[in-house]
Amino acid sequence: MPDLGPYALEVALAYAGALLILAALCGATWIRWKRLRDEERDEHG
Amino acid sequence: MSLWSYANPRRFLDVTTPALPWLWGAALLLTATGLLWGFFLTPDDYRQGSTVKIIYLHVPSAMLAINAWIMMLVASLIWLVRRHHVSALAARAAAPVGLAMTLVALWTGAVWGSPMWGTWWAWDPRLTSFFILLLFYLGYVALWEAVPDPDTAADLTSGLCLVGSVFALLSRYAVNFWSQGLHQGATLSLDARENIADVFWLPLLVCIAGFVLLFVALVLTRTQTEIRARRLRALRLRARGAEA
Repeated sequence: MPDLGPYALEVALAYAGALLILAALCGATWIRWKRLRDEERDEHG
Repeated sequence: MSLWSYANPRRFLDVTTPALPWLWGAALLLTATGLLWGFFLTPDDYRQGSTVKIIYLHVPSAMLAINAWIMMLVASLIWLVRRHHVSALAARAAAPVGLAMTLVALWTGAVWGSPMWGTWWAWDPRLTSFFILLLFYLGYVALWEAVPDPDTAADLTSGLCLVGSVFALLSRYAVNFWSQGLHQGATLSLDARENIADVFWLPLLVCIAGFVLLFVALVLTRTQTEIRARRLRALRLRARGAEA
């Protein structure tokens, strides 16, 4: 772990918040994609 | 074969489905490499200390926040001129991605600004134009959800996209013609004397490439979802009509 000095909190907050937003976006995208792909398969038997 | 043939939903799904795992793999690999390189292996800035590490999230997300809207503008114009449904759905699919990128840019900028500027927020030209861009993204997403008829929704959101493009471009160029703001000028430059040092530039380049691929992977995945949602809706309406 690099020594972030006096700005450790700011850097940690920036990374945590940004990665959380990106992970939520990717997760929501994947869940909806999978649900609709499965629904389409069910619809076509 | 014409480029317009990809506007056929079936062909779009056939072409993008095998490409998506590769795109996602490359996007995650490049993004993780760039972020880990930037976080662990680059030195602190002599003035900004370790906060310079925020650049690896802030710059790529800000670039994509603006360029996502430009991509939506192109897709909206194609919809308005040629009435290709895939382009309207691609614009719809890109909006939440652009919204998330705008949020990341605003969040990382605020957290970076707090120790460097002494404030989380200022009504600076670039920050304000980015905030307005965020409102346009929210309005665009809400408008798609609010209008039941998909073609009418595509028409209305395309109009909103045209208006919002002014603010997307303003966000991009605000630092060039408004010099009174807190925000610095452009981080990246083709002029080697003005550009940031290579030790920061190279991992940033990898992060930008990773974010661009992530954007493409997300938009293609979401466009596939929108195509399937519309197709299922049509199938169910037809089945309901046959029952009645």
